[in-house]
Amino acid sequence: MDRHVKLSRITRAGSAVAIGALALTLAACGSDDNSNGAAENTSSAAAGGGDLSGELNGAGSSAQGSAMDAWRSGFQSANNGVTVNYDPIGSGDGVKNFISGAVQYAGSDAYLSDDDIASAKTTCQGGDVVELPVYISPIAIVFNLKGIDSLNLDAATVAGIFNGKITKWNDPAIAKLNDGVSLPSTAITPVHRSDDSGTTQNFTEWIKANAADAWPYDPSKTFPVKGGQSAEKTSGIIQTVTAGQGTISYADASQVGTLGSAKIKVGDSFVAHSPEGAAAAVSKSKMVEGRAASDIAIDIDRTLTDASTYPLVLVSYDIACTTYTDANTAKLVKGLFSYIISSEGQQAAASAAGSAPISQDLFTKAEAAVNAIKTS
Amino acid sequence: MTITTEPQRATQPAKPPATRRRRSGVADRGANRLFRYLTTGSGVLILIALAAVAGFLLWQAWPAFTTGSDELATKVSFLQGEGSLLAYLGPLVFGTVLAAVLALAIATPLAIGIALFTSHYAPRRLAQVLGYVVDLLAAIPSVVYGLWGALVLAPLVQPIWGWVSDVLGWIPLFAGPAADPARVLLTVAVILAVMILPIITAVTREVFLQTPKLHEEAALALGATRWEMIRTAVLPFGRSGIVSAAMLGLGRALGETMAVVMILSPGLTYSFALLLAGKQQTIAANIALKYPEANELGMSTLMATGLALFVITMVVNMLSRWIVARRKDFSGAN
Repeated sequence: MDRHVKLSRITRAGSAVAIGALALTLAACGSDDNSNGAAENTSSAAAGGGDLSGELNGAGSSAQGSAMDAWRSGFQSANNGVTVNYDPIGSGDGVKNFISGAVQYAGSDAYLSDDDIASAKTTCQGGDVVELPVYISPIAIVFNLKGIDSLNLDAATVAGIFNGKITKWNDPAIAKLNDGVSLPSTAITPVHRSDDSGTTQNFTEWIKANAADAWPYDPSKTFPVKGGQSAEKTSGIIQTVTAGQGTISYADASQVGTLGSAKIKVGDSFVAHSPEGAAAAVSKSKMVEGRAASDIAIDIDRTLTDASTYPLVLVSYDIACTTYTDANTAKLVKGLFSYIISSEGQQAAASAAGSAPISQDLFTKAEAAVNAIKTS
Repeated sequence: MTITTEPQRATQPAKPPATRRRRSGVADRGANRLFRYLTTGSGVLILIALAAVAGFLLWQAWPAFTTGSDELATKVSFLQGEGSLLAYLGPLVFGTVLAAVLALAIATPLAIGIALFTSHYAPRRLAQVLGYVVDLLAAIPSVVYGLWGALVLAPLVQPIWGWVSDVLGWIPLFAGPAADPARVLLTVAVILAVMILPIITAVTREVFLQTPKLHEEAALALGATRWEMIRTAVLPFGRSGIVSAAMLGLGRALGETMAVVMILSPGLTYSFALLLAGKQQTIAANIALKYPEANELGMSTLMATGLALFVITMVVNMLSRWIVARRKDFSGAN
């Protein structure tokens, strides 16, 4: 008897709990909607400095992700009514979404192919494509070798090291380039990116262009040599290089920290990485021919001989249309891109992501391209 | 989720279900019925979730199966130089299983030792504290394990691995020279072992505690030492529990991602060399590394590897169920 009473009490309590839970879920759904609505209201109703308002969606390269974050927040705080979204889903998918019209602008580590431009023109209502090389980031060759901060390396030697052909730091090929440096006999441990990355793509492009004989692989986002040490993302690379002795790798120059970094051979001299050198390499490279005036596609010349340039550099583009049917979208894209290329925007990216601000020459071209954005 | 519910089922003595059902049959109305619906609903929901995951994997992976291997190799950047999908999948499956089995080989004896200590040797206070501490290990997120492994453990074990490869280098497992930094499979196995230790320990401890007191006392009365008592009464009784605990641990080790991503220098080979960098890779870690930059077909390829992991984990779990069921006579249920 006693048991029965207890049991029913428990079940009653149980059902009360269940009903309570149900009610809670329902309430949660309701309050969720409310909070969303409230958030939207506050963002559009808040007093803003600029006269722009509305929402803008972009997608693409993850390399410029942190720079884009800085640009978005900078642009949004200047125009309180604006919401800018950017989904770093990778360059290829970003361009695909841009062409299909799912997003209004895209970020890409490579300029558009001719096929893509043909498709994009349909999306752009017959207008042209705006392509701006807004994110320029020098890639440093970093190493960890006791007592040595700087080394001279040429592309053929770098190829040999990452290819497993050069295995000791006192190899004659390295010694020949570094007179007066006492190199240890430590084994070289090359470290590469284990995730697919635009940094690997640009690094292998540079090697291939300067030392095709020593590097049988095609440039690719996936590091082509099998085996060996590797790590995820730039932070993993830096940590792995720091943890080992005699390690060498390639990484965003902004993340070098206390590690040694190599001067690469440009023409007849050896050049250390610098934002200025990277920007100069981009502005001294040739533009792709046969493109519209608003399409600043640049073939990075990896074999520049000018000692003021550092051609081991990653460039990421922001892509949009010159014509939009919606007047407000055109205004928003124009405003965002003007901010990105402005010295304020470029400085924001430099401090957030360690990129190199674009040169004055490039800014002039980019400004003309941005001014071409209009309503159809 | 299914994994975590298993130990209780496997080890806790279930009350005879017949009587319970009869009672609910007599008074199946009102709150009783509601509760029955709720429990049935929960049971069905887990099946639906499982089917949805399997269906999602298959649906997403389908393009990779139907596309020719030549086309696949040209469109997916990480397939270049690997050949077909199967040639890519093979080393991944190998690496996944190798890492998990190694972790199990390290963790199981240790877990049994801890469980025996807490159940039969330690004073009750100490046993309780130790139990809490081991359970606490399970609450540490795997990212933290990964960070700790990469920043602390790898530099710490590097000289040890170097010594092992010098002394035991003639065994293919320990072929040298040991990589510096020690981003190798053996380091990963050690971390994975620490991660699966709590679940194996908790389950085996519960099983050992359920050894019938009469058996233990009988063994002692016959003049057995404590070790002999454990060997003749506790261990045979707990054998199926140990197996199922180990399989649960294996399940977790198979799917572990972040720690592997952060510690291992991956490579795609069928290599048993545990101290060399860039030799093995696990499926879960590979998906985490490759998906941010993967295109559509690349995503399908990764999903196909995910499907393989799903199948492996399912087989492991079914195997453990089968082993436990086969030895029902000895399990804690009677």
